[in-house]
Amino acid sequence: MELFRIKRDIPFMSYGRYTTTISLATFLLAVFFLATKGLNFGVDFTGGTVIEVHYAQPADLVKVREQLSAVDMSDALVQNFGSSHDVLIQVPIKQKQDLAGVKLSEHVMDGLRKHDTSVEIRRVEFVGPQVGNDLVENGSLALMLVSFGIVGYLWLRFEWKFGLSAIIANLHDVVIILGFFAFFQWEISLSVLAAMLAVLGYSVNESVVVFDRIRENFRTMRKAEVTEIIDNAITRTMSRTIITHGSTQMMVGAMLLFGGETLHYFAMALTIGIMFSIYSSVLVASPILMWLGVSREDFIKPKTEAEEVLP
Amino acid sequence: MNRYPLWKYLLILAALLAGLIYTLPNFYGESPAVQVSPLRVSLKADGALLERVEKILGAASIKPEVAALDGNSVKARFTDTDSQLKAKDILASQLGDDYMVALNLLSRSPQWLTGLGALPMYLGLDLRGGVHFLLQVDMRAALGKALESTTGDIRSALREQKIAYSGVSREGDMLLVKFRDAETRSKAEEEIKQRFNDYTLNAKEAGGEFLLQATLKPEAERRIQDSAVQQNLLTLRNRVNELGVAEPVIQQQGVDRVVVQLPGVQDTARAKDILGRTATLEVRMVDEEHQITQGAAAPFGTEMFKDREGNLLLVKKQVILTGERINDAQPGFDNRSNEPAVHINLDGVGARKFKEATRENVGKRMAIILFEKGKGEIVTAPVIREEIGGGRVQISGSMSTMEAQDTALLLRAGALAAPMEIIEERTVGPSLGADNIKRGFDSTKIGFIMVAVFMIVYYLIFGAISVLALGANLLLLVALLSMMQATLTLPGMAGIALTLGMAIDANVLINERIRDELRNGFTPQAAIHAGYDRAFGTILDSNVTTLIAGIALFMFGSGSIKGFAVVLCLGILTSMFSAVMVSRAIVNLMYGRKARLTSIAIG
Repeated sequence: MELFRIKRDIPFMSYGRYTTTISLATFLLAVFFLATKGLNFGVDFTGGTVIEVHYAQPADLVKVREQLSAVDMSDALVQNFGSSHDVLIQVPIKQKQDLAGVKLSEHVMDGLRKHDTSVEIRRVEFVGPQVGNDLVENGSLALMLVSFGIVGYLWLRFEWKFGLSAIIANLHDVVIILGFFAFFQWEISLSVLAAMLAVLGYSVNESVVVFDRIRENFRTMRKAEVTEIIDNAITRTMSRTIITHGSTQMMVGAMLLFGGETLHYFAMALTIGIMFSIYSSVLVASPILMWLGVSREDFIKPKTEAEEVLP
Repeated sequence: MNRYPLWKYLLILAALLAGLIYTLPNFYGESPAVQVSPLRVSLKADGALLERVEKILGAASIKPEVAALDGNSVKARFTDTDSQLKAKDILASQLGDDYMVALNLLSRSPQWLTGLGALPMYLGLDLRGGVHFLLQVDMRAALGKALESTTGDIRSALREQKIAYSGVSREGDMLLVKFRDAETRSKAEEEIKQRFNDYTLNAKEAGGEFLLQATLKPEAERRIQDSAVQQNLLTLRNRVNELGVAEPVIQQQGVDRVVVQLPGVQDTARAKDILGRTATLEVRMVDEEHQITQGAAAPFGTEMFKDREGNLLLVKKQVILTGERINDAQPGFDNRSNEPAVHINLDGVGARKFKEATRENVGKRMAIILFEKGKGEIVTAPVIREEIGGGRVQISGSMSTMEAQDTALLLRAGALAAPMEIIEERTVGPSLGADNIKRGFDSTKIGFIMVAVFMIVYYLIFGAISVLALGANLLLLVALLSMMQATLTLPGMAGIALTLGMAIDANVLINERIRDELRNGFTPQAAIHAGYDRAFGTILDSNVTTLIAGIALFMFGSGSIKGFAVVLCLGILTSMFSAVMVSRAIVNLMYGRKARLTSIAIG
């Protein structure tokens, strides 16, 4: 079976203007949502308490809220989590010292148990403000390290132009993922951050495969123009690109559907990242590479022919 | 051209065989078990203890599946949780306080596998259930405490040398010693320099007074902080032992943080209560020079505390003794009044200090203060009748038997060198843990089947070979994780699924290349050869970038994210091996020897 039997090279580079407009538009849109709506940081980053409880019978959220108000917890956010039996209670960090920190979850559970003894703790997460700040710092450091690491590696393996255009394309992906999370106000947790970094590493693969072909083409297609070389490289790797991403997406899709609530946003971030990395590595990285002025001389040192003077 | 030398086949076979052996234990599952470990250093888990455990179980007619020595503990495995719980209760009551009896889970894998060191993967708390705490040690308090105790030491040193001083006090991070003239100051400076070489001294004149400023040297500061964390670690270990947890993890993280993980603990309230106790004990002198004025601040150099009845008492800031010096504490009764009491046994330094203090202060009152969560309470403030030597001290006040027991436990479990605060808690109930395992396993399985079906449909025989390579990858990855006993978390399971999805990339690259070369008119043998050869560079490049991301996550991630990073990095390494070497070996075996290969099934 073969899905992509493409006879002639698709002139991707001549679409450059349109694709750049599209990516610029999505990028700006993502930035716009990030600026206006902001990110919904989870308890990992903001600090606070999350309690997941399980009831034997479907839980009545209104009643749960009332019970929490009765124990002075009216600022708690109560919602269903996964099923009607499971309830997620989120409490922001308290200023009051007596209920700060780890005591809070017991206070909440005592309040709930008074009304229904069947309630069972599934999970408690309490994160103090000190920890949250550290995580933000470590997250940014990791992002920086990955970005520089990738640029450095591609520079070594190819040329600085490749490194730069790949990282621009892939950071563009990260911004778009963040834009989605801002638009839908999905919660950013530690695992979402991990997913984004994994996407960064993974989607660079895509650019690497295309760049590899471009380099090879510079050697084999001696007469061709730079645009033809890039078009040919993209066309010939397209089938592989879509199949690979499709396979990875099958795995991630299984996670999205069967992995439960805990893995949901992790898989979601991966899904968006995979989708956009197909697009960006082809239609963002390559045009940037062209504008940076990649040429045959970057790989093949021109032979200087010495003129000989014969006596 | 498509033949491997024999050693390569053997190498691949050996790797797969090792993979199989180390993956096996994961299939046997786990059984409820009871773990008995000695709590005192002098006691060893040996054949005698094993015999004793077997005897006790035999007497109660509970038959364990296996009972064996394992490291410094005896573990007995049972078929069901009922007999496990029964066994725990009986063992706990018969073995007494010297042994910790804890519930645990043990792998059901056969002896020969365990003998090879093949263990099932080590599951993280989010998969097996349990509590994770991150505690922060208050370093300023640790330093403050050291400075306070030095003020006392400087005073007694100067007094001993008969050097007149007009005051020793602590101001922030600095100690101030005041003198009347420069001569005594220089004498004192020499003396202090000699005895307290942790401090840098600085002479100054201010307001007609001759001052000596002492500040801690940076390396001394670091040492104090370090030993505070170490002492707290030790204390936490003792406290966790009181809880009876099978495989606790208590580790320092960073400079001033401690991670405590208690797998399988369900009563989190009790765990928090015992861990979170920041009780420290201090012995100080009662200040009898000043009068207590209601509502006014305590006079300089003193502090105000309430005793158990709620009466206020003024106590000097200078600390004679802290809880670190306590060797043992047992509840009991006062032999004269028959009131409940706590008998304390001090270590050498503590005994000497206590003796000195009691000798110098006969007839005065001494206060024993218990600090909990930064608030001090005077347990008792007895009058010192005589010099107390030998390090045996008894505290009796108006306390109940229960209170005496609690205080003794607290003192025995050790005092903290510096207060700690829980700054992160993650509790996962056992039901959620089991659900998480199922979900992680299901999504990996379903994903794998989908990818396998697609690959076989799309690339036919070469697809099937790719799927075999992918299976080998999964096998090796699980084996590596089991071998290293790296903690598997839910994000880690997601990592397994993700690396499998990414690993297929290598095979797609190879297969596409082979098709390409066939289209370019190569013979099948040449196409296979060129396909593998040319694809390898690309595979390497694309994996290195993901590896960079994995390493960064490992460096900066914590807890479950670290688990994801480990799986990601290992998965990349195994996928390189299996996608390139294993699949090539199968291809070579199938096609390599056919001289006249006219076509291959690659779709």
